[in-house]
Amino acid sequence: MTAPIDPIIGRYVHVTLGGRAHRLYFEEAGRGIPLVCLHTAGADGRQFRGMMTDGAITDHFRVLAFDLPWHGKSSPPEGWQREEYRLTTRSYTEAIRGFCMALDLERPVVLGCSIGGRIVLNLAIEHAAEFRALIGLEAADYQAPWYDRDWLYRPDVHGEVSAALVSGMMAPQSPDASRWETLWHYMQGGPGIFKGDLYFYRVDGDLRDRVGKIDTKLCPLYLLTGEYDFSCTPEDTARTAKQIAGAEVTVMKELGHFPMSENPAQFRRYILPILERIRQRT
Amino acid sequence: MAQEAIGTAPAADLVERLERMPALVNGDPWLVERGRFVTLDILIELGRIPYYLAVERGRIAALERGPKPLHSWRFALRAEEDAWRRHWEKMPPPHYHDLLAMAKRGALSIEGDLQPFMANLFYFKEVIAAPRRNGGAAR
Repeated sequence: MTAPIDPIIGRYVHVTLGGRAHRLYFEEAGRGIPLVCLHTAGADGRQFRGMMTDGAITDHFRVLAFDLPWHGKSSPPEGWQREEYRLTTRSYTEAIRGFCMALDLERPVVLGCSIGGRIVLNLAIEHAAEFRALIGLEAADYQAPWYDRDWLYRPDVHGEVSAALVSGMMAPQSPDASRWETLWHYMQGGPGIFKGDLYFYRVDGDLRDRVGKIDTKLCPLYLLTGEYDFSCTPEDTARTAKQIAGAEVTVMKELGHFPMSENPAQFRRYILPILERIRQRT
Repeated sequence: MAQEAIGTAPAADLVERLERMPALVNGDPWLVERGRFVTLDILIELGRIPYYLAVERGRIAALERGPKPLHSWRFALRAEEDAWRRHWEKMPPPHYHDLLAMAKRGALSIEGDLQPFMANLFYFKEVIAAPRRNGGAAR
């Protein structure tokens, strides 16, 4: 008898992004409709462990999560040592589509959280026909900056500050074990990577003038935000949804900015019915 | 004059709560260990009443009610009484559960030299939230 083994498989796929060779790490579990999950800024695909080990999801969905370049086990591209990492709307969109094409996924569902929630809106604006459904967690077209990003990457402040900054973005009801596991991922982020992701979030990825173009008849859009998320507040999500006919908003009780990893048991109460509806439509 | 003094005194429940901070912090060896590189004075304002917190290598050496004219500090945390009361509830409501959440909402101002605050952010969040322990604020 062997010890319990999670039904998650990790591999690497070779993809060219921005004209440069990348080797992206991804994990997957389950069979069925492809469901591509996008991690938050400064973290990696481990945030979706709860979903990948939930039979109610993996019985019907092939859940995939890739680490963005420079994150988790996806190393930076050759030559990285003399450049500053910066995520942009363009590079992020290219990475997602590149991953989906590399794995030949047929009209996947994409679920993204935080920066992943923001880019899902861009996928809805520019590439809706490629996707079966889009799910934005902690998503809004814009958030007002609430601290100076320079604190995240400087020699007199340890990179642990990235975790300390986001620690309060989780609900106090979330279990300690999963809160601190979520924070550990932040503590493991490479130097300047969280800051570089926030370039997309704060500077480059303002979608306020564009979300009105989203056509939810082409691709359904679901937006779910935790009540304790003070970075992307439920009001931010509601304001965004107001401009998008047919977008569905759910405010999640006792959850914050990292619903899938800070409290998987609470999150599944909200995500399972939505996944079920996507399955029914298919 | 006497009336004005009464009007500006912080509520007794808040004073009681804040004044337990040193014992709670100093009685938590891991929290003190986390702050082992921190030696400085900070200012905490409950409404209009200043309190001075002296930290020495992670231990709270003193918590004194001011005003103390010409007393210097590295950084200051200022909030109205009601904001502190919410912050110190056992299960605080959204936007009051975290110092930075309060700051984003405008319920807390964080001023001064923020380098030690940011370099020890986990430590300071836990020190300031310490009065939340032991049952939380009565509301």
